[in-house]
Amino acid sequence: MHLLSRKRKETFVKILCFLVTAAVIIPLLWIIGDVIYNGLAAWNISFLVSPVIQGGIGNAILGTFIINGMACLFGIPLGVLTGMYLSEYGQEGWFASMVRTTVESLSGIPSLILGLFAYATIIIALSQSATDRHYTAIASALALGLMMIPLVGKATEESMRVISNDIREAAIALGVPKWIRTTRIVLAIAKGGVLTGSLLAFARISGETAPLLFTALFSNFWPTGINQPMASLQVLIYNYALSGYPNLVTQAWGAALFLALIVVAINIIVRVYTKPKYKEGF
Amino acid sequence: MKARKSHFFKLQDSLFKYFLIACSLIVVGLFVAIFLMLFETSLPSIYQNGWSFLTGLVWDPNNNIFGALPAIAGTLISAAVATLVAIPLSIGIAIFFTEYAPARSKLVLSLFIDLLAAIPSVIYGIWGLWIIAPLIKTNVEQPIIGAIGFIPLFSGPAYGLSIFLAIVILTIMVIPIITAITIELLSKTPVPLKEGMISLGATKSETIRHLGLPFARLGIVAAVILGLGRALGETMAVTMVIGNSYYWPFSGYSIFAPATTITSKIAGAVGEAGGLEFSALLEMALILMVISLAVNFISRSLIKRTSKRGFG
Repeated sequence: MHLLSRKRKETFVKILCFLVTAAVIIPLLWIIGDVIYNGLAAWNISFLVSPVIQGGIGNAILGTFIINGMACLFGIPLGVLTGMYLSEYGQEGWFASMVRTTVESLSGIPSLILGLFAYATIIIALSQSATDRHYTAIASALALGLMMIPLVGKATEESMRVISNDIREAAIALGVPKWIRTTRIVLAIAKGGVLTGSLLAFARISGETAPLLFTALFSNFWPTGINQPMASLQVLIYNYALSGYPNLVTQAWGAALFLALIVVAINIIVRVYTKPKYKEGF
Repeated sequence: MKARKSHFFKLQDSLFKYFLIACSLIVVGLFVAIFLMLFETSLPSIYQNGWSFLTGLVWDPNNNIFGALPAIAGTLISAAVATLVAIPLSIGIAIFFTEYAPARSKLVLSLFIDLLAAIPSVIYGIWGLWIIAPLIKTNVEQPIIGAIGFIPLFSGPAYGLSIFLAIVILTIMVIPIITAITIELLSKTPVPLKEGMISLGATKSETIRHLGLPFARLGIVAAVILGLGRALGETMAVTMVIGNSYYWPFSGYSIFAPATTITSKIAGAVGEAGGLEFSALLEMALILMVISLAVNFISRSLIKRTSKRGFG
């Protein structure tokens, strides 16, 4: 009798955990289903390639990639170099632990605050007056680049640190100077991890909206330069979803489908090309 | 010749080292700049509003009266409740994943968990606004208000866009964070101990209860705090579904009423704000940053403690 009740408890726990899992997976499939269903209703060739002024989202797609590209130019090198420092030079000492704490803290700052920083330092500084603000995509790229630094830095540090010391010692034995050892040997072996980290950081900033709201603002036209307001998929979704006009809401779903495709595609690519997760420790 | 070459390498080495240090310094400098910028821009508001900024209930830019308490309360309540609701759900998923899920389904399941974390918050926002809000309004809020609406916590009217909906969306967004870390912790349960328990006749649920969960407890706390940090700083999804009404919870206690958070107030107001209101908004951001950094720091130091610790 005792054994039976324990077995019953085991079955109960099993079913409960299954139900909880299902209860969380259902919203995910629901969101994906809604985005695909409502998004496809908006999609056609001209929707994807014409600018907002002609009822499309083409300039917003391009804008998202331009802003992300600029953020990468700023965030990836700084992230990689900081990660490299932490892995190869910063094992101990107050400076290294300060850098490490800073990088970790940077990842804890809400993206909205990074946007405020870019707004206060670039937009307000460049503006003639409070009524005539000079909005620019460069400020957005600064905020998003700041988001990338800890993500790329952590990925670089971790993928360089796991490389066996044998390889470093072999390089030392051959008389290779440390900087060549670090860049041509250790980094070359770790480049897969750096690349995955950068791709995931790219996916992550692609979905960030808060830092763009009051920096790049929005534009109805194709971008003609980087130092000007620029449309992005994220801000388009936000503005159109809140506008309440049914045709704009439909376009917002169309943009959401495109944005989701970028993010999901990167996540799946990374997963296919990396080892299965949840096997190693932190 | 040889000596000269090694001298040259030494120079290159130290140049490279100082280059890396300079890059790290830039990162540190940017971090300090963010903090200083927030602090400096908030100074007029700190000076003008004083402590009443933290206790005031009114946000009136026309008369330069700024009280941030409703936004602070909205942020803390929505994030805390969402995280609390997410804890049992996340642990349940993690147990299912590590103990019961068939090996083949694990790949798909872990992909789902990753995707849940990867979906941009603005997409959660549009989904919450146009799909969930109307559904929740007619199928959850109205029946509950009809049945037990005399309790202030569940009183009407039903708006759809409410602190309740914000908590629901935040819960979904926090779950993958806690779940992913809990799965890692549970899969590191010491195998010999687990095998020992099973050989003595323990069921799987008993090994989890008496071995897996106690072993992972500290790490799960860290994961929960990390999730809380995410919920505190979340902007877009919350802004889109919370209804942005400034006086909750001081206008009434109903969870079905529209409310506001620090992030949604900033996102909504900063574009048009000037002068003292801008300064007050940045003081709110400063408060949020201090809370976020504290939460982040606690979580990280707990994680470090768990990874240093050996068995048990």
